[in-house]
Amino acid sequence: MKTGLRNPLRRRPALRTPGLFAVMALLLVAVGFGQSWVVSLSILNLCLISAIMALGLNMQWGYAGLLNVGVMGFAALGGLAGVLVSQPPVADAWAAGGEDLGYALAVLVGVVIAIVLARRHVRKGPLRTAATVLLLVAGFFLIRIFFDPAVDAIEDVDSARTGYLGGAGLPIVFSWAIGGLLAAGAAWLIGKVALGLRSDYFAIATLGIAEIVITVIKNEDWLGRGVKNVTGLDRPVPYEVDLQASAWFLDLASWLGADPILGASIFVKLCYAALFALVLMAIVLLAERALNSPWGRMMRAIRDNEAAAAAMGKNVTRRHMEIFVLGAAVMGIAGAMLTTLDGQFTPGSYQPLRFTFLVWVMVIVGGSGNNWGAVLGGFLVWFLWVEAEPAAFWLMDAITAGLDEGHPLRAHLLDSAAYMRLIVMGLILLVVMRFSPRGIIPEKRGG
Amino acid sequence: MSFLAGEGMTGGYGGADIIHDCTIEARQGEVAVIVGPNGAGKSTAMKAVFGLIQLRAGAVTLDGEDITRLSPQERVRKGMGFVPQERNVFTTMTVEENLEMGAYIRDAGVADTMARVFDLFPILKERRRQLAGELSGGQRQQVAIGRALMTEPRLLMLDEPTAGVSPVVMDDLFDRILEIRATGIAILMVEQNAAQALSIADRGYVLVTGRNRYTDSGQALLDDPEVRRSFLGG
Amino acid sequence: MTDVANAVVLLMNFVIVPGVAYGSQLALGALGVTLVFGILRFANFSHGDVMAFGAMVVLLATWWFQGMDVGIAPLPTALIALPFGIVAAAAFNLSADRLVFRFYRRRKSPPVILLIASVGVMFALQGIVRFIIGPEDRRVADGARFLIKASEFKQATGLKEGLAIKLSQGLTVVVTVVAVAALFWFLHRTRAGKAMRAYSDNEDLALLSGVSPDRVVFYAWLIAGTLAAIAGTMYGIDKSFKPFTYFHLLLPIFASAILGGIGQPVGAVVGAFIVALSETAVTYAYKKFLRYLLPESWEPSGLMQLLSTDYKLAISFVILVVVLLVRPTGIFRGRVF
Repeated sequence: MKTGLRNPLRRRPALRTPGLFAVMALLLVAVGFGQSWVVSLSILNLCLISAIMALGLNMQWGYAGLLNVGVMGFAALGGLAGVLVSQPPVADAWAAGGEDLGYALAVLVGVVIAIVLARRHVRKGPLRTAATVLLLVAGFFLIRIFFDPAVDAIEDVDSARTGYLGGAGLPIVFSWAIGGLLAAGAAWLIGKVALGLRSDYFAIATLGIAEIVITVIKNEDWLGRGVKNVTGLDRPVPYEVDLQASAWFLDLASWLGADPILGASIFVKLCYAALFALVLMAIVLLAERALNSPWGRMMRAIRDNEAAAAAMGKNVTRRHMEIFVLGAAVMGIAGAMLTTLDGQFTPGSYQPLRFTFLVWVMVIVGGSGNNWGAVLGGFLVWFLWVEAEPAAFWLMDAITAGLDEGHPLRAHLLDSAAYMRLIVMGLILLVVMRFSPRGIIPEKRGG
Repeated sequence: MSFLAGEGMTGGYGGADIIHDCTIEARQGEVAVIVGPNGAGKSTAMKAVFGLIQLRAGAVTLDGEDITRLSPQERVRKGMGFVPQERNVFTTMTVEENLEMGAYIRDAGVADTMARVFDLFPILKERRRQLAGELSGGQRQQVAIGRALMTEPRLLMLDEPTAGVSPVVMDDLFDRILEIRATGIAILMVEQNAAQALSIADRGYVLVTGRNRYTDSGQALLDDPEVRRSFLGG
Repeated sequence: MTDVANAVVLLMNFVIVPGVAYGSQLALGALGVTLVFGILRFANFSHGDVMAFGAMVVLLATWWFQGMDVGIAPLPTALIALPFGIVAAAAFNLSADRLVFRFYRRRKSPPVILLIASVGVMFALQGIVRFIIGPEDRRVADGARFLIKASEFKQATGLKEGLAIKLSQGLTVVVTVVAVAALFWFLHRTRAGKAMRAYSDNEDLALLSGVSPDRVVFYAWLIAGTLAAIAGTMYGIDKSFKPFTYFHLLLPIFASAILGGIGQPVGAVVGAFIVALSETAVTYAYKKFLRYLLPESWEPSGLMQLLSTDYKLAISFVILVVVLLVRPTGIFRGRVF
């Protein structure tokens, strides 16, 4: 038994988790003092969103062992909801292409019904496959008869400013729920096809689906303007300029002795942080309750021994579908919140590294199977992701301090310093997997 | 002293023991057969001899040398050949390549051995360029046995070689096994078809719940009314 | 009759030739994935970025040669720089195995753990490549552009449609044929190659036969790295070198390997050509092609394009999912673990 210096937190396991979160808070405070409070709060807001995303993935991977490598797709669908909910509808576009689009949708529904009926009434075999394929191909061409002109008409409407159908004109907060539903719906469809696959094939399939979701969002301009982006989205919190002009805020600022311009920007960030923290707390509480319910225990039993669980009469595919849809919904909520925070929807910004694999690092580092672990992982990994950049820049600057200002090696290293964070993230993932495979806050076994 | 002797073997797959104080021997130029009801630990006993499971007690000697601690691969080098019951050929490789893989650890004399295997199983020579996965069940077993013979083993172990083949093919396989015995190799075999197996056995072991129940020559066991009643269906 | 000839040339020029070149690049990538999948039993997510890494080293060596005015014009300089990329990519794979994968292999960790570890390797490798060379799009090819020019073809044949074959496309096919032939020779004619096939086919029996797993794994990484460097370089010569695109090749590469049957080298090659030709065929606009073949009054009004080129990724995906659902062993009955 090793004695002497020991981590005091390890001796009191009940204090370990709060202690780790206190350390995390201290890191953010240190950034507040060291860099600026605006930076610190920006990091905090994205930490909160990352934590929610990690919670979603933790449900799928941590509770159920589903290797979802398509987090990005669900987050992007959530983001799309931000546009579809909050932007004002474009009446001209609806007038130009709404009718044809309606027909296309009707044909789509008709084709789906026809396929379902065909599959129900034709016996399994080559005939059924042939019927399905035939209906699919015929439906594809039939839909395009209406769809193509509709798209052209919609995208022609004032394409520099709109060129899309717009949204529902509702407050953007609603998009958090709608984004969750959108992602859940997509997950249900994907799960229908992919959940029966072996885990590594499931991973490859979800990787592909996420890419396709992004491609659709990028290219279907009529839906969300594609790569033309939607900017100036509705905000759930006051604008800085309005704050600076309002008497109560100026009074508050002078009472606090703060600069009103800086104060306004901090105040806005705090408003976001409060909203996000509320959502995070709600999801953590629900997730904890679910994890410790009989349903959660069954989920983990299935994860640990699928064959045994199936033999005991558990409906494995059904449970997997439930958790997959739920996790995706949480990712969708986080995606919508991110679009809200950004105030814009930019499909080009969805990169698998940032939106899928970074979330994986969060869950593995935090502790798969433990909700608090996922939250801490979301905070810590996002913090490192952001702070690795200035740190790498500082490091490269220090290493090359001996070279002249214009030396090409120095210039190259300083230019490339930003990419250090990819290397750092990869190494963190590998090191944690190897030396602490259960993560910083491991799953509670048994019970 | 037998060529192969597994004495007082006790062990299993990590959990509870499956075989208890079990003793199996085989002599050169003889066929030894392990029979018994389902779940008697027949295959486990053979795997114990070959080192595929860890023993908690007992010892295995080959030609007087203690090999209890050796890995299966090392036992192959000592002259043991093993034909697993399932997945015992490389299905995506040709018959000839299967035999070559059998001789993977050998440097010289491979061609001679292969010629002898082809003499024993002429159909394999005909099918040498065909993929093993395309062969019939009986031919596949021939490939599997031929693969094991390629190391020129002094002891050949067969785990249920006739599982899933037709009676005609089974008789044929047993004839080949007798031919192999004639070359002076010791043969140890686990068999489900107890009566037929005992009829060619020089020595038979009846295992029940992982313990030796009867041990005698094959013929004596066949003649024993109690063995007949309990294990050979009358 | 000339209409038919024109239509065929059109199809050759826009579907077959680019499809075959792309298929060759995918085949080289899929061979590496299928070998690692067959021997180490996991889907290696870092493979696309190993291709980028190999291509990057080739590009750096190419610049070095160009700086010294060493070249093999009209062939691209990258061809003589290729060995550097091969050595680098193979060395990377072997060190990744030594530092990361070997640990989990020895513990017999489930394949998903190795897969996630390969994500870690991928992450770090993307960083390394961007750190060294940056994320920009760069031209790899120098030397001659065309093997056959469209104008020359038109002159020679008197057809209205021209057939252009880029030097890079011809080279890609030649290099692929050589690499695949060498690989098959190795797998079918050498002791080590047969041991690899045996291990991929039936691990337990291979171990019983005395095959050393460490040796087999060593060869798998070595060959996968070699093929990745060649694939990455040929893709770079044919199109351009941009680190991010290599990650996107992962999906069609996996689709090819699974379509052909995991652990089946022939399957990987066949699968790659099916995927590549499906991509070019489905995203080609058939308007002009049909105009040659149909009577004037039937002339199509639209582009007659089944799917916009932006959606080419969707094609590999559909192929992948259909194979997994209908015939998970793939065309050549690969292993299902």
